Amino acid sequence: MASKYSNLTFKGYRRDNGRVGVRNHVVILPVDDISNAACEAVANNIKGTLALPHAYGRLQFGADLDLHFRTMIGTGANPNVAAVIVIGIEPGWTKRIVDGIAETGKPVAGFSIEQNGDLKTIMDASRKAKEFVHYATELQREECSVSELWVSTKCGESDTTTGLGSCPTVGNMYDKLLPEGIYGCFGETSEITGAEHICKERAINAEVGERWYKMWKAYQEDVIEAHKDSDLSESQPTKGNIEGGLSTIEEKALGNLEKIGRTSRYIDILEPAEAPRSGKGLYFMDSSSAAAECVTLMAAGGYVIHTFPTGQGNVIGNPIVPVIKITANPRTVRTMGEHVDVDVSGILRREMTIDQAGDALIENILRTANGRHTAAEALGHREFVMTKLYRSA
Amino acid sequence: MSVPQLLVHETHDNVGVVVIEGLKAGTDMTCVVTADNSSFNLKVNEDVPIGHKVALTDLRAGDTAIKYGEDIGRIIADVAKGGHVHVHNLKTKRW
Repeated sequence: MASKYSNLTFKGYRRDNGRVGVRNHVVILPVDDISNAACEAVANNIKGTLALPHAYGRLQFGADLDLHFRTMIGTGANPNVAAVIVIGIEPGWTKRIVDGIAETGKPVAGFSIEQNGDLKTIMDASRKAKEFVHYATELQREECSVSELWVSTKCGESDTTTGLGSCPTVGNMYDKLLPEGIYGCFGETSEITGAEHICKERAINAEVGERWYKMWKAYQEDVIEAHKDSDLSESQPTKGNIEGGLSTIEEKALGNLEKIGRTSRYIDILEPAEAPRSGKGLYFMDSSSAAAECVTLMAAGGYVIHTFPTGQGNVIGNPIVPVIKITANPRTVRTMGEHVDVDVSGILRREMTIDQAGDALIENILRTANGRHTAAEALGHREFVMTKLYRSA
Repeated sequence: MSVPQLLVHETHDNVGVVVIEGLKAGTDMTCVVTADNSSFNLKVNEDVPIGHKVALTDLRAGDTAIKYGEDIGRIIADVAKGGHVHVHNLKTKRW
């Protein structure tokens, strides 16, 4: 049924695989930590490119290696990326990432350093990067339906105002746009603790709810119970959460879960950095609650805009996905307003309803999709942080 | 209605959240329950920062703190109605 949100449009970049991006990056992607220097040199040579240095990629194995490849390939495949240069120390794993990204149909080329050295690699990769910049800068935005957006969410430096204002704002947006056919994503496995009984019930059916609960419980047992030496206070909730008035993980989790609104239900569960395969709707991604790690994983899953409620003022951004900050805390608006994209502090003064706040967020999402830079983009926040499951071999 | 100093999620919660900066001890707060927009007044016993919680009733060690209509942890030290509720008197029941 048509709603007042059905006819909303934005101008995006339609990619060969049918997905729509809201940014048009040419990415220089290192396969491994020791290829960061070459990637940064290429990005320095060729203006309009973006290197994504990171800390990993050597001697990983098993599920941790699978996650590494999934994150690398997913990042390159993200529709906000027009073309990709991949540089690795050796050709084998470099080709594996190139081939994965090439499935999208976008231009991608791989270079490896052994038997070439950094300097020749940088020269060859720079020439190809220059071609890709010419290609990307001729692509034009075209009108797209709001239903083609993939919007993820994760909150950070939460406080009690998050559960009262900014998280329900995101929830209201999902309640309005998921019925229009967008893809949504929430996660933060540890941070559902205390609200797991509610989250389990918000699955589309009992089978999905049971799978979600099993995943959540496995994290409790395999990670938290296996490694904890305290009740995690000051880690989860964080020192910043506690400064903002959150006392326990249960309190934090109940506020966190406000991000999925009143009527939205998740239809499937994703591994970290996994792309959805069950059609339009809301997904839960098994992920860390640390902001940069979580947003990096959701970006690798293919989400093109991230909505980020904050209370105390987490300043995070992402190199390829615009991160929209929403806060209801008037002190955060007053002291660090340059980080805030959507001010919903009127909710606390009872001057703004959640419905109005949701509409304000939708308006900001569309303006951001059209190309308006977020606060984090303007301030240069490009946190690209890989999730590591265990020590390398 | 005037701008509230305290917001409460659900009618049977026993804690509420200070939503203004600079709240001083002795203030007769306007409190609003967001679930049904009902309101009541409560005197706060101490200076409480924005975002921090106030007890809506006398709470005793061993009681459960209720917010969002849900269990948010165990009270570990008595706190009087109008008192500051935080990590010094409220702990998780998990982990």
